[in-house]
Amino acid sequence: MDFNDTAEEAAYRTTARAWLEANAPRRAGGRSQSDLDDPSSMDASRAWQRKKAEAGYACITWPKEWGGGGGAQWQAVIFGQEESGFDAPANPFTIGLGMCVPTVMAVGNQADKERFVRPAVRGDEIWCQLFSEPSGGSDVAAARTRAVRDGDHWVINGQKVWTSGAHYSDFGLLLARTDPDVPKHKGLTMFWIDMHAPGVEVRPIHQMSGASNFNEVYFTDLRISDSQRVGEVGAGWGTSLVTLMNERLAIGGGGGASHRQVLKLAREISTLTGLAAKDNGLREKIADWFIQAEGIKYTRYRTLTALSRGQTPGPESSIGKVVGAALMQDMANTALELEDQFGIITDPASAPLAGAFQSALMAAPGLRIAGGTDEILRNIIAERVLGLPQDVRLDKNVAFKDIPTGR
Amino acid sequence: MNFDFSDDQKFLKTEARKFLEARCTPAVVRGVLDDPARSYDQDLWKAIAAQGWLGAAIDEAYGGLGLGRIELCAIAEELGRSLAPVPFASTVYFVAEALMLAGSDAQKTRWLPKIATGELIGCFATVERPGVLTEASVQARVEGGRLTGVKLPVTDGDIADLAVVLAKSGGSSGLYLVELAAAGVERETLQTLDPTRSAARLTFSGAAAEPLGEAGDGMNLAETLLNRAAVLLAFEQVGGADKALDMAKAYALERYAFGRPIGSYQAIKHKLADMYVKNELARSNAYYGAWALNAGTAELPVAAAAARVAACDAFWYAAKENLQTHGGMGYTWDVDCHLYYRRAQQLGLVAGGAKAWKERLVSSLERRNVA
Repeated sequence: MDFNDTAEEAAYRTTARAWLEANAPRRAGGRSQSDLDDPSSMDASRAWQRKKAEAGYACITWPKEWGGGGGAQWQAVIFGQEESGFDAPANPFTIGLGMCVPTVMAVGNQADKERFVRPAVRGDEIWCQLFSEPSGGSDVAAARTRAVRDGDHWVINGQKVWTSGAHYSDFGLLLARTDPDVPKHKGLTMFWIDMHAPGVEVRPIHQMSGASNFNEVYFTDLRISDSQRVGEVGAGWGTSLVTLMNERLAIGGGGGASHRQVLKLAREISTLTGLAAKDNGLREKIADWFIQAEGIKYTRYRTLTALSRGQTPGPESSIGKVVGAALMQDMANTALELEDQFGIITDPASAPLAGAFQSALMAAPGLRIAGGTDEILRNIIAERVLGLPQDVRLDKNVAFKDIPTGR
Repeated sequence: MNFDFSDDQKFLKTEARKFLEARCTPAVVRGVLDDPARSYDQDLWKAIAAQGWLGAAIDEAYGGLGLGRIELCAIAEELGRSLAPVPFASTVYFVAEALMLAGSDAQKTRWLPKIATGELIGCFATVERPGVLTEASVQARVEGGRLTGVKLPVTDGDIADLAVVLAKSGGSSGLYLVELAAAGVERETLQTLDPTRSAARLTFSGAAAEPLGEAGDGMNLAETLLNRAAVLLAFEQVGGADKALDMAKAYALERYAFGRPIGSYQAIKHKLADMYVKNELARSNAYYGAWALNAGTAELPVAAAAARVAACDAFWYAAKENLQTHGGMGYTWDVDCHLYYRRAQQLGLVAGGAKAWKERLVSSLERRNVA
């Protein structure tokens, strides 16, 4: 039991690092903030992706015939670890290459594969995923966006929400309702759409944190060819599961606020009984946070070990987000309590640690919801890991149009 | 990356589980629980000795198998899972480790082979009063090679042959080896929360005591031993916590209420998901501890404390919520939930409770951040 590379891993790491040294700037300290809405930073992202693709470092696990690297999962992990030490441009390609394009590769027709895979690998085209709707966040199969057949075409009307990167995407993978007269999971079909087509409107969502990372996407009489269908009519739910399973193993560094920052803060702040760093209540919390953060880190190492040994990782990797998001919120709230009246200040010039904990407090609710809420993740652990039965479903054998909606 | 048991270690662990499932059934554990005259299961102890586990981490030169601490961690997890009612932790994690840490060659030659064969049971006697062990709380004294004082609770003190005792001499503390069959030792079995692991009051009145390690170094040695034992105990706790989750899961699938399995209700599902999350966090922290213990790194104080805090949290949560999942039946003597509820407290307190270990963890982190 140790943290060492095998000889093969060490050799791959050396080669990858040498390539990065020759092609990417070293990180100067701190994470550089690139704004993907700024055209020059988007150009830099595309250029970096193309460079990686030409060297076989984009989509490392994909077959070479599709522009990938033809390598193993552990190689992708090592390259990711090494790349994170460099100041590589922001990556707007993860949703397309992690979810949408693999779905096209698995279920789509040959013409679509020939058309889309290589340009996506090279960063020439960006994809977004159009699944969630106002009527179904956790319940994705409740999608209401309608696709109505019209000869060789389909006409789309409806609305998607929480679509990351829709505003800079070229294509989208769309889950739509094609038959409301059958139970909900059976009446869905998957399509690809051109995000620049008339009938597609993208509106940014103004988040509580002030940022806009997601969008609403509206479809008004969007007309698409039947050749844009991905998989069979009515098989959209099964196809969407392919997409969601393709979600990349969330392997990367931790990040955000850490127990170290709380300790640093506590050494500069007083309580009624003395220095906050000496407060037993706080010290116990720091210990609790430490074992959670370290627990996530070492759980990730266990997952990497399984990959390194050519095994399929166990379900333990599912705990990271459910632990990490709540941890971040608790740590931020406690830090604000320490700061006391200063806790309300977000102005970096006046707030302790330049407002790091205030930012964390405002980001945490999003983390607890995005990509599966705390509650849905617990259901997933209970059902898929522990094998407990599904809850009773009132909408199971009911035609979609007859399912109660509450409004 | 190689952050897991090796194939050989996994094989050892699987064999240990099979062995204990056959030899350490709930009936065996209850045999000790229900009979006030029995402090441990002697047949199981002999069978464990015959497996070579007692000497797993002891050098071959002293009669052991000369394996590493990781192998011992694998065995510990299975002992915890099966609630083995034997003095393994006292003998192996404390006394054998104390001899290996601070013993002279003569002391190692004399005692370690007997531990490896199971002839000798050991115990570690430090505390004397309620509250955290501190140097100031130690009143027991050694003068002219004779020990006087009272230690309690001493896990396995009623059945042990050899004690490692923390006592003062002059102004400072040291560790001492005391043979418990000798004159000047009185022992009394204490009633405890977990009768499957016995504990005693040891009263010394001029018992012969031989120094173990440097005089004056007692508290440092005790802390190092506690760090080592914390990792091994964490594996026992992880094993117990996983078994408690298995029990809760099985019951949630088989028990019906309001026309469906209780495991289909989110109140139960989320409780069990939380158990799973805590158990995995504890396992990952325990692996970190195992690595630090085996590699003998300076990170051991942080890693051991993290392993201990996470394991105490996981086993306590799993034990109490497993019982809760079983409802009224869980509160009966006949259902095994209370065996895990008891053991979670026994293991959670035996090397010092989580509250003190949290403080150890944070002060170690502060030292590390400064260094």
